[in-house]
Amino acid sequence: MRTGASTFAEGVDLSLYIISGISIFFLVGITAVMIYFVFRYNKKRNPTASHIEGNNTIEVIWTVVPTMLVMVMFYYGWMGFKPMRNVPDNAMVIKAYGQMWKFSFEYPNGTITDTMVVPINQPVKLELISRDVLHSFFVPAFRIKEDLVPGKNNYMWFEANREGRYDVLCAEYCGQLHSYMLSSITVVPEVRYNEWLAVVSAKSDEHPGLAIMKKNACFTCHSQDGSKLIGPSFKGIYGKKEIVVTDGVEREITIDDAYISRSIKEPNADVVQGYMKGLMIPYGAVINDEQIADIVDYIKTLE
Amino acid sequence: MATLSTDLNYLQAKKGLFSWIFSVDHKRIGLLYLYSLMTFFLVGVTLGILMRLELLNPGKDLVEAKTYNQIFTLHGVIMIFLFIIPSIPAVFGNFFLPIMLGTDDVSFPRLNLLSWWIYIIGAIMALSTLLFGDGPADTGWTFYAPYSVKTGTNVTMSVLAAFVLGFSSILTGLNFIVTIHRLKTPGMTFLKMPLFAWALYATSWIQLLATPIIGITLMMIVAERFFGVGLFDPSIGGDPILYQHLFWIYSHPAVYIMALPAFGIISELLPTFSQRTIFGYKAIAFSSLAIAFVGYFIWGHHMFTSGMSGTGRFIFSILTFLVAIPTAIKVFNWVATLYKGSINVQTPLLYALAFIFQFMIGGFTGLVLGALATDIHLHDTYFVVGHFHYVMFGGTGFAFFGALHYWFPKMWGKMYNATVANIAFVILFIGFNTLYFPMLIAGLMGMPRRYYDYLPEFHLPNMISTFGSWILATGLLLMLGNLIYAYFNSKTKPGRNPWGGITLEWQTQSPPPVQNFDRMPVLPKDGPYDFEHKPTIKE
Repeated sequence: MRTGASTFAEGVDLSLYIISGISIFFLVGITAVMIYFVFRYNKKRNPTASHIEGNNTIEVIWTVVPTMLVMVMFYYGWMGFKPMRNVPDNAMVIKAYGQMWKFSFEYPNGTITDTMVVPINQPVKLELISRDVLHSFFVPAFRIKEDLVPGKNNYMWFEANREGRYDVLCAEYCGQLHSYMLSSITVVPEVRYNEWLAVVSAKSDEHPGLAIMKKNACFTCHSQDGSKLIGPSFKGIYGKKEIVVTDGVEREITIDDAYISRSIKEPNADVVQGYMKGLMIPYGAVINDEQIADIVDYIKTLE
Repeated sequence: MATLSTDLNYLQAKKGLFSWIFSVDHKRIGLLYLYSLMTFFLVGVTLGILMRLELLNPGKDLVEAKTYNQIFTLHGVIMIFLFIIPSIPAVFGNFFLPIMLGTDDVSFPRLNLLSWWIYIIGAIMALSTLLFGDGPADTGWTFYAPYSVKTGTNVTMSVLAAFVLGFSSILTGLNFIVTIHRLKTPGMTFLKMPLFAWALYATSWIQLLATPIIGITLMMIVAERFFGVGLFDPSIGGDPILYQHLFWIYSHPAVYIMALPAFGIISELLPTFSQRTIFGYKAIAFSSLAIAFVGYFIWGHHMFTSGMSGTGRFIFSILTFLVAIPTAIKVFNWVATLYKGSINVQTPLLYALAFIFQFMIGGFTGLVLGALATDIHLHDTYFVVGHFHYVMFGGTGFAFFGALHYWFPKMWGKMYNATVANIAFVILFIGFNTLYFPMLIAGLMGMPRRYYDYLPEFHLPNMISTFGSWILATGLLLMLGNLIYAYFNSKTKPGRNPWGGITLEWQTQSPPPVQNFDRMPVLPKDGPYDFEHKPTIKE
């Protein structure tokens, strides 16, 4: 297992060791007894069997002892889990968004990033928001996992206690590129965290359309260099003629402002031939017309 | 002793394909299930081997991500709905339950045939997604919403197939419950019934009561896909968590539909090969009912990371631990049955011993997953995949193979080569553990399940696991080859009772006559495993 890097790791690992310890003891013990019996009472050594129908004392013992042991296991499991639901008041709140197939993080000052940087020994609460299907935010080194459920605001929290970079994986199956839905959390001293936040929060001089598209994970499925991913590439797409399927009927259209706008708001209305319907969610609620204009403006530059 | 007509056995009685596919003889229906189940099992195994090949190295080895996702979904659907749920009840339950109860058939023979036909129709529907529509579903066998509502693949057909298969399961359950209540031979009370019948009794109640829930849940998915009703997809007002509750309210008890009949098999194999009475008959019989009952209330442990309240997680975790207790009682009683027996080590017993070992690993890893702290880390990782393969394959699958070797001489009146069977068992045992144990390690390291590609640090356990799949496949082929060879070529006549068994099927001819018994079966004096007063059986 990866070395623990959060305050929860100790409790989780302790319950794992207790349960595995008891389990391995019984697994080895019972298996050994079983094999011993097979040799000791083999028909060559023991040609006549004794017909023992049962023994109430023994039945009571092997009901009561496992009951006590599983209650011990339950107790440690519960104790290791309980702190995960009690978020400290001083926790820094970060919104974690999941969508096919990308995590993104919104810091309290509004800055949005693909990977997370957090200060060491600082409780961080994640508000988990899914934009499409189920995802699950899993950090093996922190021993934490919670699902991102669309329409439901789940949360989780952690306090990292070791510096380093830790993998974030999506643990709930979410479609084609589920196994590529990765991110990371880098744990740094507070001073370095503040420096980092200042840099990423600085106004960048990138195209506003590009910024909006990055924020909404458009490039997970649509490349900028002409390569075919889940959806068509944006390169040279503006003004191009395409065959699209509308309600099962093929027709030719020219890609213009209206088509791009419709594709963002109703992505399944006109699907370019050769691509799968139903994979993209409508973005009308998150991207307004002004922003769509910025996006169109940016796509025009990708010749 | 009354003499019944014995001229022809059930295999010779009638000839021709129609005499099989429209037979109402429970023995023939059992074999129909066996042949169809094994066919689908081999398809499922092939898909599993393809998955392991893809996971041999990080990155693409064989297929694209989407194809891989379809393969693991179809593997799950076939193995769960077409193989493991029907497996032991449909094959050995159908064949042996009436004989073990000392009767000539199940209560509703035509309903029994209908169950098989419904099963075949469902199976064809499930496999048709390979050929028609937009390809097999890529959702995983759990069909979790809202992805299952949104994806463009042929989820509707897969879901309808599972819906249809549910009816087959319900009807078999109903048939067995009535048979057990009404058709036990005179003198056989509930407490003198073989433990296999007890296990089937507990299983049948779950089949009857829980299966309708999955049926309606899957229809809700279809309604959602076609009419956009807004049941599960939050973008149209539904709730994905509702789907998970409904799905697991059936699918957790279904785990016991898969496991309880296997317990029944083990409770038959151990007394026969120890030549002594079972230890703790009542404890084993009633623990089956306890498992069936408590099993209804623990579905929530599949949802520990779905955002359930702390209270909810507390309750479902503690109930999950309760179900471990009757299971532990069974294991202790089984091992105690070996004590002071006169043990005859034959192939079926080897499968039973491997069952106990592997089922314990399945059970203990289940405890790790039942505890909240550890589940949070291991939920939806390869640890879960390893855990349920230990229970389902290492447990039920091995019990199924054990039963196949145990009753083979009775079903066909021929004997297989025991040495080859034992070699196949050893290869299978090594292959199985090499395949699935590394999955537990990969899970502890943090590798999520349903992963087409993985980080380089997970390479070693995946590589070992793939090697294991090749060993396992070799063992399977050798095992099946040996049995098929014996079926066609064996000249060894096993007689009525090759293992010295005591349940009623060993009193009749091998293979049994159409009416099951050529002379009235005699019950042992003190209960079904009274080896001290074993009735003498003349050939």
